[in-house]
Amino acid sequence: MSSDKVTIYRARRILTMNPARPEATHVAVRDGRILGTGPLEELQGWGPHSVDDRFADKVLMPGLVEGHSHTSEGTFWRYCYLGRFDRMDPDGKVWPGAASIDDVVARLQDEERKLAAADQSLSGWGLDPIYYGDRRIVRADFDRVSTRRPIGVIHASGHIFNVNSRALELAGLLRPGVNHPGVPLGEDGLPTGELKGPDAMTLVGKHVGFDREALANDEPGLRRFARLCVRQGVTTATDLANLLPDDAVAMMQRVTGEAQFPVRIVSFRRFQALTPEQAVEIALKLKEQSTDRLRLGAIKLFVDGSIQGFSARLRWPGYYNGAPNGLWYTPPETIAGLYRLALQKGVLVHSHTNGDQATEMALDCLEGALRERPAYDHRFTLQHCQLADAAQFRRMSRLGLCANLFPNHHFYWGDQHYETTVGPERALRMNACATALVSGVALAIHSDAPVTPLGPLFTAWCAVNRRTASGRTLGTSECISVADALRTITLGAAWTLKLDGELGSIEVGKRADFAVLEDDPLEIAPEDLKDVRIWGTVQAGRPFPAASA
Amino acid sequence: MTREPLPVTVVGGYLGAGKTTLVNHLLRSADGRRIAVLVNDFGATPIDRDLIVATDGDTLEISGGCVCCSYGSDLMETLMALPQQRPDVERVVLEVSGVALPGMVANAVTLLEPYRIDAIVVLADAETVERQADDTYLGDTIQRQLAAADLIVLNRCDLVDDIARDRTIAWLADQAPDARVLPTTHARIAPELLIGLRDGSTPRRPATPQALGVPDAATLYDALEFDMPSDVDLQELGPLLAAPGSGVLRAKGMARDGSRGIAALHVVGRRFSVDPAPSGGASTKLVVIGLRNHLDHHAISDALRKTSSKQETPC
Repeated sequence: MSSDKVTIYRARRILTMNPARPEATHVAVRDGRILGTGPLEELQGWGPHSVDDRFADKVLMPGLVEGHSHTSEGTFWRYCYLGRFDRMDPDGKVWPGAASIDDVVARLQDEERKLAAADQSLSGWGLDPIYYGDRRIVRADFDRVSTRRPIGVIHASGHIFNVNSRALELAGLLRPGVNHPGVPLGEDGLPTGELKGPDAMTLVGKHVGFDREALANDEPGLRRFARLCVRQGVTTATDLANLLPDDAVAMMQRVTGEAQFPVRIVSFRRFQALTPEQAVEIALKLKEQSTDRLRLGAIKLFVDGSIQGFSARLRWPGYYNGAPNGLWYTPPETIAGLYRLALQKGVLVHSHTNGDQATEMALDCLEGALRERPAYDHRFTLQHCQLADAAQFRRMSRLGLCANLFPNHHFYWGDQHYETTVGPERALRMNACATALVSGVALAIHSDAPVTPLGPLFTAWCAVNRRTASGRTLGTSECISVADALRTITLGAAWTLKLDGELGSIEVGKRADFAVLEDDPLEIAPEDLKDVRIWGTVQAGRPFPAASA
Repeated sequence: MTREPLPVTVVGGYLGAGKTTLVNHLLRSADGRRIAVLVNDFGATPIDRDLIVATDGDTLEISGGCVCCSYGSDLMETLMALPQQRPDVERVVLEVSGVALPGMVANAVTLLEPYRIDAIVVLADAETVERQADDTYLGDTIQRQLAAADLIVLNRCDLVDDIARDRTIAWLADQAPDARVLPTTHARIAPELLIGLRDGSTPRRPATPQALGVPDAATLYDALEFDMPSDVDLQELGPLLAAPGSGVLRAKGMARDGSRGIAALHVVGRRFSVDPAPSGGASTKLVVIGLRNHLDHHAISDALRKTSSKQETPC
């Protein structure tokens, strides 16, 4: 491809997200960037060009931006998918959801037959037993698959393992006398095979294929993740919380730098066992190693845990089922110290706050830091921020904080939130996208893949419809319009990454990143938004059809 | 596997309570004992430079044979690897982050067979702990930390007057009714309380108070030795020594455990455990450490008599 050649794509409709020219029929591209949109006559003025008609019956949108995902979604596809709902793998194959425990076992049995070595472990992911009634999954279920191989299946939430007897035995846990809240015991006094929380999970992880080395620095996983992005119309995706050791950075630079790598990865350094000074220094060094398709230099901080794991920090009145309040993952002094220094040095910080008390703490810390040292346009973002109320959104707006909310929770765990974790009223206001928008908070929405499937159009459907798996609608007043939802998964997410000058809309000067759609998301019924068919992407002017991804 | 489980001392408490000072103090007092000190990160818990003889990534070699590792997000993996990597280690001191719940961490350690929890030690800043425990964000965390403690080190007592100190001690007794409270300054507590007496060493007899005024637990304890009948039932003796009135801060003794060989009883504050002991080295002494004037010699002798099977219980 000659570097100075102009290509003009003709499309059925181009949704630009540029208010000056919201729709167009043609877009001109040179050097991987956009020369302009408009009718063909206007664009011909850029000189010698070719007109490319391959998208003549397609709809183009700005390339979708996933503002909170993890490349480990690509890693997980090496394991057996056991989720309750259909899910598309990086090859485009849709794996049907497992309807029952027997289904889960049968699928593991199928996989087991494919394994050669007699003692090789078998791993699965995406399990969500809340859909199978009150009966817990126990080791006897997976012993039906094998008693010789260790078997481990991680739940969709990522917070629980179910394993067989052999895995417990290898981990030294198939013994009486275990006394730990994360390890329930059966009537025989032995662990049932359910292991909750990171401590208990770490013990079996390495025996069932989930050891840390397998999950970190995974080159095939990164490639699989990129192919999934193409299938979902994503041209920029975050990898939100990576320890980014040198060898992982080198691998990511090499792989993303390959001519046919189709997506821009924005990888945040996880704030973990560091002082603010160390973290900011590391971030600044990482920033220097950024390339076009690997953006580094931002920090991800964890303030609390998860709502369904009861480790999120909630304000009064706490958990609906009376569970004790969750855990702080970082002390407030450290959070405040990091905010102060990062503001001073211009380092972007995104903070994980699930519970509303964690959100309040982050707001207090940032307000204190800003009072000491006013800083403009910092784009600090609260990630998940699921339980924030209207007053907190108003404060976020005043402090310049962005919110990246998690509407996929409505579908996957909304019923559980309604019935168990936070109760009806807070379940109805969770992920209050409409309140965020009217409060003037810059909004993005996300999948947290692999926790829920990567797919911004599905996430947009969740924000528009707020439908649970059982069909309940959680808080119609917080539903947002399709147009607003489409903006949040393009410009909205780009804004939180400080990339909105480069990405997120189709207008002159920006990257030629497009999501190429078979259906028009503005014409299709809002309740069908998740069913919009995706042809693939154009990333920096390079077309990537999903069919050959 | 009859190897004696490695004792783990969990050290918790909020930022500024003195965890770092305590850790450095213990490393300085190891006196030949090979201790592995695990800290969340060296940035937050700087090890005194003069103690370090070598650095290798996340591991510091400490003069005298101790080792110090930062575990970051990998506490369980660090603990799983330690016995193979450092077979010479005799004891682990595990410093947890300021917002961690030491009781939960201790619970996690119990999942690992090579270890036993020796004690949960929580530091509290005499000047600020009550205010912290009332904080909207941190209050319940601080309260849960204290409630899990076997020993509470009430640190920085030099910053408050006697009345305030005594009020805080009374308040702590409400928060953690069974924990022993040790008022001190600069986290100076007798290292033996946390890392045990060296095997074979003679317990120190009462030391003289260094200075009047601020109590200093490093100099205000007694260590006593008792003859231990070999048929004492350690499971019965343990709760008697761990009971609040005994005045015992730490105790160790060995006895025959039915047909299963020699067992060791360890008591720290309100916690006791009975574990297999290496055969051969069975001592016949019960060694007890307690705050001066709080150790009840007669009560301990009584407890030994009552739990010895040769002794007929009169009634």
